Amino acid sequence: MMAWLTTAATWVIPLWLAVLLIFAFRKKVALYESFVQGGSEGLMMVLRMVPHVVGMMVAIAVFRASGALDALVALCAPAFERVGIPAPVWPMGLLRSLTGAGSLAYASDVMHQYGPDALWSRMVATIQGSSDTTLYVLAVYFGAVGIHKTRYALPMGLIADAVGVVASVVVCRLLAVT
Amino acid sequence: MLHIVWFLLIVGGIAYAAVSGNMEQVSAAIFSGAKSGVALCIDLVGVLVFWMGIMRIAEQSGVIEKMAIVFRPLVQKLFPTVPKNDPAIGYIVSNVCANVLGLGNAATPFGLKAMEALQKHNPRPQEATPAMCTLLTLNTAGLTIIPTTMIALRMQAGATEPADIVLPTVLATACSLVIALLCDRWMQRYVLRKKWGNEP
Repeated sequence: MMAWLTTAATWVIPLWLAVLLIFAFRKKVALYESFVQGGSEGLMMVLRMVPHVVGMMVAIAVFRASGALDALVALCAPAFERVGIPAPVWPMGLLRSLTGAGSLAYASDVMHQYGPDALWSRMVATIQGSSDTTLYVLAVYFGAVGIHKTRYALPMGLIADAVGVVASVVVCRLLAVT
Repeated sequence: MLHIVWFLLIVGGIAYAAVSGNMEQVSAAIFSGAKSGVALCIDLVGVLVFWMGIMRIAEQSGVIEKMAIVFRPLVQKLFPTVPKNDPAIGYIVSNVCANVLGLGNAATPFGLKAMEALQKHNPRPQEATPAMCTLLTLNTAGLTIIPTTMIALRMQAGATEPADIVLPTVLATACSLVIALLCDRWMQRYVLRKKWGNEP
C-alpha cells in the first residue's frame, strides 16, 4: 500500500505535465510563448512576496534569539500540562506555527534523544507532519497578491495548529495503548 | 491581526533580550533572519517560475476551466462566494490535490494562482476576502496523506517502522482541518452578514 502510494506520488506530476502539454498542443496553444509569459508573472510574484517573507523571518528570528520563545514555553507549561501534553512536546506546540525549519530541527532532536520509536518522538513527528507553518504560509500567500490586512486568516491557522497539537498527542496515546 | 503579531514578536523579543542579556544574539538574528527570508524566496523562484508558466498553458488550453466545471459542486460548498466556473475553482482543486499527495512544492504555485484569481474579484485589494481566508485555512491546516519528510527523518533515526507515522498524522490532520473549517465557516457567515454583502 505504502509503496504503491509513493510510486503514485512520483508519477503523478510528470504524467500530469505530459498529458497537459499534449492536450494544449492539440488545442494549438502557443506553448513556449505562454510558458514564458506565465513564468515572468511567477517571477513578479516572488518579488512581491520577498518583503513579506523577510519581515516575518526577521521577527521570528529575533523572538527566538532573545530567549523570549523559551520563556513563553515555560509560561505556557501549566496550561500544556493541564491538557495532558508531555514536557518534551511543549516547545513543539509553539515552534510549529512560527518556523518550519525550527520545529523540524526540534523534532529531530527529540527523536535522537529518546529514540525514534518512543512515544514522545511519535508525538512530535505527528505534529510536524500534520500541520504547516502558519506564519510562513500566510506571508507567502498574502504577499504574492499584495494583501496587508489578513482579517481572520491568522486565528484560523492558529486554531488549526492548536487542535493539531492536541489531536496528535491524543491519537499517539490511543494508538500506543492498542 | 498579523501586524500585531509582527509587532509583538519584534518588540517583545528586543524587550526580553534587554532584560535577559541576549542582545548580541538578537542583533545577529536581525541580519540572519533577513538572509534566511531571502533564501526561502530564492528557493521558491524556480518552482514558481516553472509552474506559473505551465499553468498559463493550462489556462489557455481550457483545462482549468474544465476542472472548475467538474469540481464546482464540491468546491462551491467550501467557497460559496466564488462565482460559477471561475478559474479560481480549478486552481483550488489542483492546490488541494497536490497537498493531499504530499507534493508541497507543486501545491504552492497552484495556491498562489488561486489567490491571484480570487484577488481579481476583490473589491478591496489590500484586504483578504472570506474565500481567501478559507483557502489559507485549508493550507495552514496542512492536509497530508503521506508526511514524506517525517518518514525520511524517522528512517534516518533508525525507526523500526518509519511509515507507521502515517495513520496518526492523517487522523490529527483530519481533526484540525474539520475544526478549522467549521470555525472558518462560522467566521465567514458572520463577516458576510456583518459588512461584506455578497462580495466574493
